[in-house]
Amino acid sequence: MKPGTRLKSAACDTEVMVIRAGTGTIECGGAPMAEAKPAQAAPLDTDFAGGTLMGKRYVDAANSFELLCVKPGKGSLAVDGVKLATKDAKPLPASD
Amino acid sequence: MNIALLLEMAAEAGADRVGLVCDGKRWTYGELLSAARGAFELIEQSGCSHVALLDESSEASVIALFGAALAGVPYCPLNYRLPDRDLGALLARLAPALIVGDEERALRLSGTVGSAVHTFYAREEFTQKVQETTPASGDREFDPGGDGVAVQLFTSGTTAAPKAAILRHSNLLSYILGTVEFASADEADAALVSVPPYHIAGISALMSSIYAQRRIVMLPAFQPEAWLTLAAKEQVTNAFVVPTMLSRIVEVMDAAHHPGLPSLRAVAYGGGKMPIELIQRALDLMPHAGFTNAYGLTETSSTVALLGPEDHRAAHGASDPALRARLGSVGKPLPTIELQIRDEEGHVLPAGVAGEIYVRGEQVSGEYKERSALDAEGWFPTRDAGYLDADGYLFLSGRADDVIVRGGENISPGEIEDVLLSDPAIADACAVAVPSAEWGEGIGIAVVARAGHSCPSEEALKDLIRARLRSSRVPDRVMVMKELPYNEMGKLLRREVKALFVA
Repeated sequence: MKPGTRLKSAACDTEVMVIRAGTGTIECGGAPMAEAKPAQAAPLDTDFAGGTLMGKRYVDAANSFELLCVKPGKGSLAVDGVKLATKDAKPLPASD
Repeated sequence: MNIALLLEMAAEAGADRVGLVCDGKRWTYGELLSAARGAFELIEQSGCSHVALLDESSEASVIALFGAALAGVPYCPLNYRLPDRDLGALLARLAPALIVGDEERALRLSGTVGSAVHTFYAREEFTQKVQETTPASGDREFDPGGDGVAVQLFTSGTTAAPKAAILRHSNLLSYILGTVEFASADEADAALVSVPPYHIAGISALMSSIYAQRRIVMLPAFQPEAWLTLAAKEQVTNAFVVPTMLSRIVEVMDAAHHPGLPSLRAVAYGGGKMPIELIQRALDLMPHAGFTNAYGLTETSSTVALLGPEDHRAAHGASDPALRARLGSVGKPLPTIELQIRDEEGHVLPAGVAGEIYVRGEQVSGEYKERSALDAEGWFPTRDAGYLDADGYLFLSGRADDVIVRGGENISPGEIEDVLLSDPAIADACAVAVPSAEWGEGIGIAVVARAGHSCPSEEALKDLIRARLRSSRVPDRVMVMKELPYNEMGKLLRREVKALFVA
């Protein structure tokens, strides 16, 4: 998966931009994400329905995946069934 | 990756929110995005390879930046202060270009051949046309993908022809995503942007503010009175200034007994050496503002190290001289940046020892159109000299090229200048290398006396340096000047001082 690729959720409105991707399937709301929306929406898996927040970056524990949420939705982001966590960086003072 | 994402997200989250105020006109994020998409269409139709801006800052610089990004064409703001001959040469290097701004001058400088090759728009015409133009297809993909060049900036070229520094979408996006929290600004927040559009800080200010959803208040031509008036009128909360701007603002505030700017919360500065005295005065005059010193270069997509507000206040109030000295530091590297000090052989130096500053990180391009300056491990030699203190704070000591090599000993001009400036009778000082039959290079100093003081004698200045530094730092030549030469961004032009010693 090339950095800059935009992926859409099959189960909700979530859209992400790939910053970094290792090997594995990127999912949202329990369904694999793809560059295009499927004709038939996938059901939202209640175990993956925590919601995504616009502008947040999501990472896996190994830090091999990083996704930027560019459109929020109801699903949770995951890789191969393991939920991603938000990357919380210490806020920096504005410098320009 | 594409930096247009920043504006798209701001418009997605707040289409009706005001993102830009310029010459009294207010632009929402939705309007800016729609104008950038119109610009994309115009750029595609023109078939140009570059989008050039020959103008002061205005809404056109925002629209051209993002329009060029959408079209996958480098955006090249040019320094309109350059003489005709130099500017003409740069325009020729950008052909075929879509040129926005001073249409009459651009036409004249392009010559008959260039006039047929380039596409010209006056600012008003461009701004009007991009609003009337809509993309041919509604479901058009606005991200050309890949890792193209977003911005191309010509370096000032003090010794040779200007180099074309290139910043890729990935460099700029990684800088913004790594340093700015999306939509983190309050609706009332506003950033006053007064840096020229061809300066990296002028470009990064647009991207940072848009991604934070902080309203941009644009001051196209800096004047201290206009800056203070606009800051008060628009209740500005954030501002970036270069030292010369701050110096002129402080002067006006002092002279007019200015009541201060209660809304101003954050002042960032960079782009040149800030005199300690000036920053101390500014801290007194703006007690509610947090000051941030930012160090960065064009080739690093702006800031790589910063000294934050807490460090400023702690140093300002400190009695410990080591802590006080921090006001002269550019702070610590960003968490996303690796920084090393190296000697001439490339060995990493310990704390306290000065050498050349090397940086590495995704935001660091280190790339010119002609070649990349990165080493095999991705490190960029900044050509800036400096050292880290025991706590990791970075201190700059000038350009590596400015180091004086006297009899094999490296002497940084900064250490001599700092001693000279500690004399209350000296307002400004510059140390440069002068030819010496004995040492290869000797030291020449140019000093400016403070108004109301008489300049200390040559002997007194030599004694001052001898008492504070080693005897090898004592100048061979002393020159008294009315003022030192600076460029419009407040950078001291050492080569001009050097030339005076040779003449």
